[in-house]
Amino acid sequence: MALKEQDIKDIAHLARLGLDESAQAPLAADLSTVLELVEQMNSVNTDGVEPMAHPGNAVLRLRDDTVTEPNQRDKLQEVAPATEDGYFLVPRVIE
Amino acid sequence: MAWETVIGLEIHAQLSTNTKIFSGASTAFGAEPNTQACAVDLGLPGVLPVVNAEVVRLAVRFALATNSSITERSQFARKNYFYPDLPKGYQISQMALPIVGPGELTIFDGEDNQKTIRITRAHLEEDAGKSVHDLFTGQTGIDLNRAGTPLLEIVSEPDLSSAVEAVAYAKKMHALVRYIDICDGNMQEGSFRCDANVSIREKGSDVLGTRSEIKNLNSFRFLERAIDFEVERQIDVLEGGGEVMQETRLYDADRDETRSMRSKEEAFDYRYFPDPDLPPLLVEQSFIEQVRASMPELQADRAKRFVNDYELSEVDANTLTSERPTADYFEATLAASDSALAPRLAATWVMGEVFSRLNSDGLTLEQSPVDATALAGLLDRIQDNTISGKIAKSVLDNMWESGEPADKIIADKGLQQITDTGAIEAMIDEVIANNPEQLAEYRAGKDKLISYFIGAVMKASKGKANPGELNKLLKPKLDG
Repeated sequence: MALKEQDIKDIAHLARLGLDESAQAPLAADLSTVLELVEQMNSVNTDGVEPMAHPGNAVLRLRDDTVTEPNQRDKLQEVAPATEDGYFLVPRVIE
Repeated sequence: MAWETVIGLEIHAQLSTNTKIFSGASTAFGAEPNTQACAVDLGLPGVLPVVNAEVVRLAVRFALATNSSITERSQFARKNYFYPDLPKGYQISQMALPIVGPGELTIFDGEDNQKTIRITRAHLEEDAGKSVHDLFTGQTGIDLNRAGTPLLEIVSEPDLSSAVEAVAYAKKMHALVRYIDICDGNMQEGSFRCDANVSIREKGSDVLGTRSEIKNLNSFRFLERAIDFEVERQIDVLEGGGEVMQETRLYDADRDETRSMRSKEEAFDYRYFPDPDLPPLLVEQSFIEQVRASMPELQADRAKRFVNDYELSEVDANTLTSERPTADYFEATLAASDSALAPRLAATWVMGEVFSRLNSDGLTLEQSPVDATALAGLLDRIQDNTISGKIAKSVLDNMWESGEPADKIIADKGLQQITDTGAIEAMIDEVIANNPEQLAEYRAGKDKLISYFIGAVMKASKGKANPGELNKLLKPKLDG
């Protein structure tokens, strides 16, 4: 499946990426090769293989429901561009 | 044209845990902004989510209570979208393999008929943070304390056919999650939220119409009103020759209307994919059995026990058990009694006097100024004839205001019943002596006047004469 430039625009919008017009055609070509690889994988016979999201037999390890994280707000907010009264500040969001 | 309504509900129940679903930060409500948001909740680079064992236990408990299947290997997935209160740019949820599969919940529809509503699935996910728009000029404040709070999203099939049924289902689910102690059900604090998927179709059709999704209905009243409004709106659209759009709408309680929020056609593509950080969640049969063994008693079982053990009527047993706090309060009252309190006396007082006072004060049972121990202290004095039921009501009023125990109020105000035969007889004699005309009429055959004398003696005793003793002593004296 070959991606069109419009597909690239849509994907870029969903990922909130600002792309130059000139970057779109090469990206469409590059991403299309990824999809070709997926198509190639689709042609492999997987009869008898359970669908899996992860290879191997790893399962989740669970943690006890005990508070282990202290309040580190001051430290964590040092890297934030803007804070006030304990809040992170962002440009006004209007719903 | 006749239309019928088709509704499915999505309920977000916040699971009652100490910590978040993927981090060890506290979930306590009401903390200072961002004091319970750790590096994992903030989505800082290099962090890894680790699942809280308690959320798995609570989800399994829900599955067992709703006859739902449990997925042996469920999978977390990333739901991608951008919003400032979602710092990672994705919400960890479950898509293809939710932990809870199909189940059911039986409700009573508007006409008291039983109806079984199918549950499609219930999946685990994390909540987002909170955006505050009115504190800062030109900017939005973000509080991430809520980010990562565990939610169980319970999705129903579109089996509900009216706003009334939708409310009945939501209320039943609300009572259930509190019964099994997986969610505190506090709707003001957002612990239990509903989204409604609403569509209409020609009556008798088996094709579903295009639905709209109404978001964040945080009270049963709003749920009902929003659905009613939305059904009318869709009928107007279709009968006006238009088409219903698939979209998300927000209910505005002030104007009692729904408003378009965003169109799903507008490239709202969440691009779900399995979360590479989280391998499958394994729920083994032995774990399920362990949860089953520690399952709290369900409403139906408790109602049955109330009928058997306390000899309550089925109606009373159902009323007392419909909400777990009520049933707990009733049983705590019995347990706190020092005189093997009659269950029917306690049931009558909880459902009558306590509830009418809570209603007029707009309080929930948990906020009652008279707790179960205090109520038992009052009812014990009715049972041992220290005070009459009538006096007890005014003592309860006093307890409600002052918070003092019944015994103290009874002693301070000298409200003990007069059971001493001699004292009651003296009062009767005096009342008869003061009312010669009424006595003559009574003796001439006007039997009903006996209640006049009962009232007069009661008044003379300031309501403290024991009614049984009074009745026994009065008639022979009147008859002469």
